[in-house]
Amino acid sequence: MTTLTELAALLATGKTSSVELCQDYLARIAAWNPTLNAFITVDAERTLSEARAADALRAQGRGGALTGVPIAHKDIFCAEGWRTTCGSRMLANFTAPYDASVIERCKAAGMPCLGKTNMDEFAMGSSNETSFFGPVRNPWDVERVPGGSSGGSAAAVAARMAPAATGTDTGGSIRQPAALTGITGLKPSYGVVSRYGMIAFASSLDQGGPMAPGAEDCALLLNVMAGFDARDSTSLERAPEDYTRDLARPLTGVRIGLPREFFGAGLSADTARAVLAAVEELRRQGAETVDVSLPNSGLSVAAYYVLAPAEASSNLSRYDGVRYGHRAAEYRDLTDLYERTRAEGFGTEVKRRIMIGTYVLSHGYYDAYYLQAQKLRRLIARDFEQAFRQCDVILGPTAPATAFRLGEKTADPVAMYLSDIYTIAVNLAGLPGLSLPCGFDTAGLPIGLQLIGDYFTEARLLNVAHQYQCITDWHRRLPAGMS
Amino acid sequence: MSLSIDDVARIAKLARIRVDADEASAYQAQLNGILGLIEQMQAVDTAGIEPMSHARDVHQRLRADEVSEPDRRAAFQAVAPMVEDGLYLVPKVIE
Repeated sequence: MTTLTELAALLATGKTSSVELCQDYLARIAAWNPTLNAFITVDAERTLSEARAADALRAQGRGGALTGVPIAHKDIFCAEGWRTTCGSRMLANFTAPYDASVIERCKAAGMPCLGKTNMDEFAMGSSNETSFFGPVRNPWDVERVPGGSSGGSAAAVAARMAPAATGTDTGGSIRQPAALTGITGLKPSYGVVSRYGMIAFASSLDQGGPMAPGAEDCALLLNVMAGFDARDSTSLERAPEDYTRDLARPLTGVRIGLPREFFGAGLSADTARAVLAAVEELRRQGAETVDVSLPNSGLSVAAYYVLAPAEASSNLSRYDGVRYGHRAAEYRDLTDLYERTRAEGFGTEVKRRIMIGTYVLSHGYYDAYYLQAQKLRRLIARDFEQAFRQCDVILGPTAPATAFRLGEKTADPVAMYLSDIYTIAVNLAGLPGLSLPCGFDTAGLPIGLQLIGDYFTEARLLNVAHQYQCITDWHRRLPAGMS
Repeated sequence: MSLSIDDVARIAKLARIRVDADEASAYQAQLNGILGLIEQMQAVDTAGIEPMSHARDVHQRLRADEVSEPDRRAAFQAVAPMVEDGLYLVPKVIE
C-alpha cells in the first residue's frame, strides 16, 4: 500500500487516519534515516499537528482528494517555522519566515509535511555529496550515491520513508536522482510550478516538480503543485489542468521519437538494453517509433555550465551575512565581512560555480561565453521544435549509467557534470521531462528512462509512463530488506 | 585560454569570496577544467542566431500600484544576524 490513490482511499473510507499514516512514515524515517541521511530536518510534533488538522478537516467533510496524505519537501522550499537550509552551512540556522508557493499549495490540500529532505548545496550537484549535512546514500546500495540534487527526496521515496516528495530540477535534479533510485519524477514545463519561495539557483532554468513511486502519484501531486502565482514573474497564466486526465488513454498511434544522439558513445550497455526493451513494450502497446535527431544536444552541458553559473553568481550575491544566514565571527570592514562570510558559508562546488559565473560575465568575456551560450540555447531549443514535428514524445535514457560510488566523481567536477548529459537540454529549452524506472543493471541497480514532451504536454508524458507502469512493476520494487 | 593564479584571485575578489593562497591553486586547476568543457562551444558558428535568455518569451506583468504586502519587518529581522532598533547592523562604511 504505497500509492497516493490507495492512501487517499484508506483515509476517505476511515480505514486509517492521517495521524496513523504519519506515525508509520515517521517510524520508517527513524529506522532508515540514520543510514540513508535523506532528511536534514524531521519535526515529528509539527508533522503530527498538521496530521491532526487534516483528520479534523476530513471529519468535517471538508477534505480534498489528498487531505491527510503526507509528503516530504526538498529543503530548497521555504516552509514557515521549518528550518530551511538548502543543504548549505550558509542557511544552517535559517528558519523560514514564510511559505513557498509549493508549500502553501500542499498545505491547502491538507498534506502534512514529514520533513525537509537533504540535497546538494544550493541544488548544485548530481550526487548529493555537496550537501553541508553529509551525503545521502542510495537505498539500493548504501555505498552508492542517490543522484542529485534532489537526492534526499529520491532516497526518501525509494525507501518509502515518504509516499511522495517535492523536488526541483535545473539541469536534471529531479530526473537523474529518480532514475538512480528507481522512482518516477517529473520536471514540468518552465513556468507551470511557481518559483516563489523556492531558493533560487538559475532562475531561467529552475522548476519544481513531483517525485513518487509511479506516474499516477506524480500526476496527483502535480495537480496540487501547479498553478499561476502572481508572486513569480515567470509563472504562466494558464487555465488549471487535471494532469490525471489522460492516464488511462491507450497508446495506440502515439509517435515516440528516438534521438540518435541519446544512444551513442558514453551510454552504458545495461542502460541501453533496458531502455530499448521498454521501447519494445511500448510498441506492443500500440506506440509507433520514429528516428529523430537533436544535433546540438551534445553542446548542452557546455552551454549550461556558462548560463547556470552566471545566473547563480547573481542569485547567490544575496548571501552577504547581513539580512539572514551565516555571518563570519570576525571581520575588519564590510568587504572583509562579505568575503569571510561567503568563504565560510559556501562549500567548494558552490564557490566554483560562483567563480565561473563571475568570470563568464566579466568585462571582455561576456560575448565569447555568455552570449555564445545563449545562442546555443536557441539552437538546442530549435532541435526539439524540429523533432516534435515528427513525434509526440521523445524517449531516451535519463542518465548514461546507474548509480556511481560515493567519492567516485568528487575529485573531477567535469566528470560529475556529464552525469546530466541527457537531461540538461530539456531545461535549456524549458520543456517537460519525466524519468521512470525501466529495469535493473547486472549489479541490481535501477535504470531510468526519460520521456520528453513539447511545452505543456505533461499529461501526455504521464499517460505514456502510466500505461507502461500498468504492465511493468519496476516502480513497485523495493530495495532488499526495506519492504 | 586558461586562468592564471592572479586571474583566480581577481575573480574571487569580484565574487566576494576569500580564497587563501593554497586553495587558489586547487581552484585554478578545477576552473580551468570547467573552462575546457565550456570551450567546446566555440566550435559552433552561431552567426545570425538570436540569443535565448528565457524558455518562454514572456513579458513582465504589471500590477496596480496598490499596497499588497503586510508589514512583516519583525518576522524578517528575527532571522538576521545583527539588528538594532529595526536596522540591520554592518561595519562602519563611511567615516
